[in-house]
Amino acid sequence: MYRLTTRTRAGTATAMVVAVLVVAGLALPAIASRGVIQDLFFILTMLTLAQIWNLLAGYGGLVSVGQQAFVGIGAYAMFAGVILLGWNPVWAIPLGGLAALALAVPTAYFAFRLQGAYFAIGTWVIAEVTRLLVAQWKTLGGGTGTSLPREATSNILGTDMIRALFSVREAAARDILAYWLALVLVVAVTGGIYWLLRSRLGLALSAVRDNGEAARSVGVDTGRMKWAVFLIAAVATGLTGALIFLQTARISPDAAFAVTDWTAYVIFIVVIGGIGTIEGPILGVIVFFLLRSALADYGSWYLMTLGLIAIAVMLFAPKGLWGLISARSGLHLFPVRRKLVGPKIEGGI
Amino acid sequence: MIWLDTLVQGILLGGLYALFAAGLSLVFGIMRLVNLAHGDLIVFAAYLVLMGVTLLGLSPWVAALVAMPLMFFIGWLLQTAVLNRVLGKDILPPLLVTFGLSVALQNGLLEAFSADSRRIPAGPLEGASLDLGLVTVGVMPLLTFASAVLAIVALNGLFYHTALGRAFRATSDDAVTAGLMGIEPKRIFAVATGIAMVVVTIAALYLGMRSNFDPAIGPARLIYAFEAVIIGGLGSLWGTLAGGVIIGVAQTFGAAVNPEWQILAGHIAFLVVMLLKPRGLFPRAVD
Amino acid sequence: MLLQTHGLTANYGQFRALFGVDIAVAAGECVAIIGANGAGKSTLMRSITGVIRNEPGMVLHRGAPIGALSSAEVMKRGIAMVPEGRRLFPSLTVEENLQIGGQVRKAPGPWDLDAIYDLFPILRERRRNPGTALSGGQQQMVAIGRALMSNPELLLCDEISLGLAPVVIRDIYTALPRIRAGGAAIVLVEQDIGKALAVADRVYCMMEGRVTLVANAAEVSRQQIHAAYFGEAA
Repeated sequence: MYRLTTRTRAGTATAMVVAVLVVAGLALPAIASRGVIQDLFFILTMLTLAQIWNLLAGYGGLVSVGQQAFVGIGAYAMFAGVILLGWNPVWAIPLGGLAALALAVPTAYFAFRLQGAYFAIGTWVIAEVTRLLVAQWKTLGGGTGTSLPREATSNILGTDMIRALFSVREAAARDILAYWLALVLVVAVTGGIYWLLRSRLGLALSAVRDNGEAARSVGVDTGRMKWAVFLIAAVATGLTGALIFLQTARISPDAAFAVTDWTAYVIFIVVIGGIGTIEGPILGVIVFFLLRSALADYGSWYLMTLGLIAIAVMLFAPKGLWGLISARSGLHLFPVRRKLVGPKIEGGI
Repeated sequence: MIWLDTLVQGILLGGLYALFAAGLSLVFGIMRLVNLAHGDLIVFAAYLVLMGVTLLGLSPWVAALVAMPLMFFIGWLLQTAVLNRVLGKDILPPLLVTFGLSVALQNGLLEAFSADSRRIPAGPLEGASLDLGLVTVGVMPLLTFASAVLAIVALNGLFYHTALGRAFRATSDDAVTAGLMGIEPKRIFAVATGIAMVVVTIAALYLGMRSNFDPAIGPARLIYAFEAVIIGGLGSLWGTLAGGVIIGVAQTFGAAVNPEWQILAGHIAFLVVMLLKPRGLFPRAVD
Repeated sequence: MLLQTHGLTANYGQFRALFGVDIAVAAGECVAIIGANGAGKSTLMRSITGVIRNEPGMVLHRGAPIGALSSAEVMKRGIAMVPEGRRLFPSLTVEENLQIGGQVRKAPGPWDLDAIYDLFPILRERRRNPGTALSGGQQQMVAIGRALMSNPELLLCDEISLGLAPVVIRDIYTALPRIRAGGAAIVLVEQDIGKALAVADRVYCMMEGRVTLVANAAEVSRQQIHAAYFGEAA
């Protein structure tokens, strides 16, 4: 008879398009140049970080300016796994997720005592502290950093198969493997977030974000929700950080914990694309990448433009580009609203 | 007496951090605005003062005096044209706008002045020191601390003994009811930001005279400023001074143990205070 | 006519709170507005004082359209409000709360700090206390004094007896005739019908966003009020 569903025609169409894109994406290395693969890797990993931050801030209401802590610790944990434990870099990636989880617990304990703006600054300070502490870790290069050892980079899981399959050199094979892993990661993370938002947890999240008191009064455990979202976001960020630096094969505290690369750019992407939607970051990362390509030679002008665009978007289009599109067309590619479907009701309002 | 020397140096350093923080405390206290461009605005003001010295041949003090009304206007304009339009219950829009401003400002300064380190020449004061018996202190740090105290005294005088100050406090408590009293919150906010920029100019003067600066050092000053404000507690300017001193002392003691630990020590002190007193040392009753 | 509303409507999002309300207040008059919770009385006050903005012609002050003005602009024209729930400023002392009421609009009239302290002597003793450290009744006195400090022509009192003990309410209501004597017109939004009718010249009754009764306070009967208040046949 009547049932609740989030399925829409646009949503189903999107699902099919995404499936096609993923399959095409997997086959892409056969025809694409190394440069394209590297660009796509950048886009996919930034998109992953953006979706995670969007979940945290856009849906969860947790405005963190310190996610770079988890990118960095995830990357360093992966490097530690390779350099200190002799693991294959691919198997060391999950270590990044674990390390991020370990860091996230005390971070959440501390940061959740703070509200609003204090919370944001608190997360930033923790990221700085983590960076400064890691810079003391001499075995992994201290302040100047280190590279993945040769034995590790030439033996990354799967690269031999890739070299044979596509007739490419070792470094290119590494890029292709990283790209595939990034594709898997972004699909998993975006899919996971979408699933989360459609679930009861997601409904509870929206309730908490809109009105914490009211949510509590209907039994939503806001404390546990915030913890859950924060920890999930940290683990996903840690995994992404590990993957990013597997591709670079070189790490330093300043690079791994860079607030510009892993927070400023991510926030720009989410804001320009449209915060609080899954479609937003996708649009945002495309715009970001195009801007970067167009203005790459202009160093500080590029960043200045980015800053000015962010200001303009918040002033004139606070829901971002996707917000504008969605408002005009009513389009929702990743529908999360619940509708009642069933036989038409006669009469009524 | 190494430790006494370290302590005094830390306290005086705290004065500089309090100067960084005072303007921020004012704005944060009145409108709960997190201005992520605050550090960059300090650097911007430092370049303004520098230009006054190099292009107009003024002494740093006079250059700063000339820069103050200009910075007041810039702050007023920024609040009126941009920040007033994004202020509201959501903390994200002002955060993002000021983030954008921070990046734009840093890179604008980079284009205009290059990444070279600059310094505001302070003349004979630069290396001067004063022998106070138990310790010897630099004249510049002493002046900085004295200026911080003076600025806070002046701001408190404004806050607690003038009609404008009453309007600030009332708007901060309850902007809607302040409106019922005939106060236009947006105008109040613009004046507050303007005043904050005047304090920023003083901070910039001492920043530039004390050490080298370049377009990229803004964010670090912002973090110290925020830590001082948050340690002190919302709405308390003396608390902000206390916060600055705590960070300054933590940093100098950390540096005395190991120079690499200076900044880390400051952050750790912040975290410890936050763990023990999440609302700061002297928070107001209402938040 | 000092103040008039013409077809005043107000919405909270999709929810309509006022459906074309017409009221009028003459200079020096005391008008009571009664009605149950949710009738729209406070929404009406907030619309008049600019907390809720409307179309310009919906609220007229001496014939001039003020419906779209901000609350600061409305206040400067001499319309002051004692808001529901008092809403004193916690960061200000009692004296500062009074002072802030009079610092923007400096109009001639009988009300200044001394006059307010004469009206409510207890406040003189408590002048240096933080505004919120007082009892409910004393806070109400501060809120009224604060509104008077600008020597308004029209004083809007939104539920000044709410949450107060009867003895305290009586004390506050004895101040009203003295306020009228100072020249101000008063609008009293009240749930305490008896008290309101005792001081008012005219009374409006509201229900569910509409005016259901307009009458002279001296002539209106209990049954009329009952019908208008609850919407039942008399």
